[in-house]
Amino acid sequence: MTGPADGASTPAAGANASLAERARAGDRRALARLLSEVENRTAVAEAALRTLYPLAGGAHLVGVTGAPGSGKSTLVAALVAEARSAGRPVAVLAIDPSSPITGGAILGDRVRMQAHAGDNDVFIRSMASRGQPAGSTVAAAAVLDAAGFGLILIETVGTGQSEVEVAAIADTTLVVQAPEMGDEVQAIKAGLLEVADIVAVNKSDRPGADRAAAQLRAMLTVGARHDRQMGDRPRPKRPDVMLVSGLTGAGVAELLAALDRREAARRAAAADGRDAAALKRAEAQVAGILSQRMAAQLAEPARAAERQRVLGDLAAHRLDPYAAADALLELLGAGGGSSRKS
Amino acid sequence: MADRPIKVLIAKPGLDGHDRGAKVLARGLRDEGFEVIYTGLRQTPAMVVSAALQEDVDVVGLSILSGAHMTLLPRICDGLRENGLGDVLVTAGGIIPDDDIPALEQAGVTRIFGPGTTIREVADYIRGNVRPRAG
Repeated sequence: MTGPADGASTPAAGANASLAERARAGDRRALARLLSEVENRTAVAEAALRTLYPLAGGAHLVGVTGAPGSGKSTLVAALVAEARSAGRPVAVLAIDPSSPITGGAILGDRVRMQAHAGDNDVFIRSMASRGQPAGSTVAAAAVLDAAGFGLILIETVGTGQSEVEVAAIADTTLVVQAPEMGDEVQAIKAGLLEVADIVAVNKSDRPGADRAAAQLRAMLTVGARHDRQMGDRPRPKRPDVMLVSGLTGAGVAELLAALDRREAARRAAAADGRDAAALKRAEAQVAGILSQRMAAQLAEPARAAERQRVLGDLAAHRLDPYAAADALLELLGAGGGSSRKS
Repeated sequence: MADRPIKVLIAKPGLDGHDRGAKVLARGLRDEGFEVIYTGLRQTPAMVVSAALQEDVDVVGLSILSGAHMTLLPRICDGLRENGLGDVLVTAGGIIPDDDIPALEQAGVTRIFGPGTTIREVADYIRGNVRPRAG
């Protein structure tokens, strides 16, 4: 069905279908509106995702993370330019933190990405984290994927836990490092570098970049023999280390080619059912929704009294939290309201 | 409206290089609970329109000190309308002579804030005038 030009005054269901379809058909305004619905976690977004999700899955989701000032945005802009020179549509999701105090945010990553205004095959969207888990980001990526963007760069600030989270939602994780940002011991610390598929040592136009890359390579290859002895135990990745300059563009073509090779390998592994990233992403996507749904179902009138009683017992220490959780799960199973769709 | 953050694009169209005011406003609106997309200096009208469209903002705030407001601001308003964004609030600040205000309002700028405007005034204006959203 073809929707009206603007969904403002139409019934919700018609507007949903047309928003998703218009986004699919290349209407960038509809795509932008739909991404807002996703950010706001509305019923419109939920309905649209039901249509779009089965159509997604073709894109390569690249997480780009690293310390503030490492040049992520500039490098992302360079990757966008490189992808466009090959005629590939490319989308960017730039995530910046929301203030935990006011809920406000400054989304400043576009500053370095404005060169592609007017190019319909580049879509850049800033998203405030809004204190939410990765669910909204994954849903936004799925919308962009279904809208035909085969390469989606997800940029997050590399402080706190978000960089580890981006590894959970991206197919490939690119960690950006700048020279002069730490010695060899930084490179063997746990955390960021462990989740990297590729480490880009950015600002190769600056002195010291060669040495930084060489040191990183040396430290990241320490223990390769130990890897083999670890058998099936979980172990950190062994990332490629590449020298690039987002500013001059040096090494960017090679970086994009390396990302493409990673993606081809991942697709091959996925065909054999060995795509761990896809399963992790599925888990991240469903976790938030699951708890929302459970809370909504428990709040239904048929269950509310019993839920209140269980919570009251827990508050009065007559029940322990584990027994209370079991009691609530039992309430969901026995409630008989599972045919409800919301 | 209070259940979702209002999105504001802050941009500096044209060639002047003074963005302190725009940054102070961006920071102040952040503290007022807005989500502020900052695009920085030397934006063409096409860049501003493209960013407003992709970010699906409620407000476009333009800072301009160069004197080119009579050229650039109407172009941005036209571009927004051509892209179905006629319901986005367009506000401007900077050095804009009073005599130019009627023409700019005619072109589609909904409010012009002169020097001395407080952040609270801007925030209150936005909250009071932002478009209602479908869905």
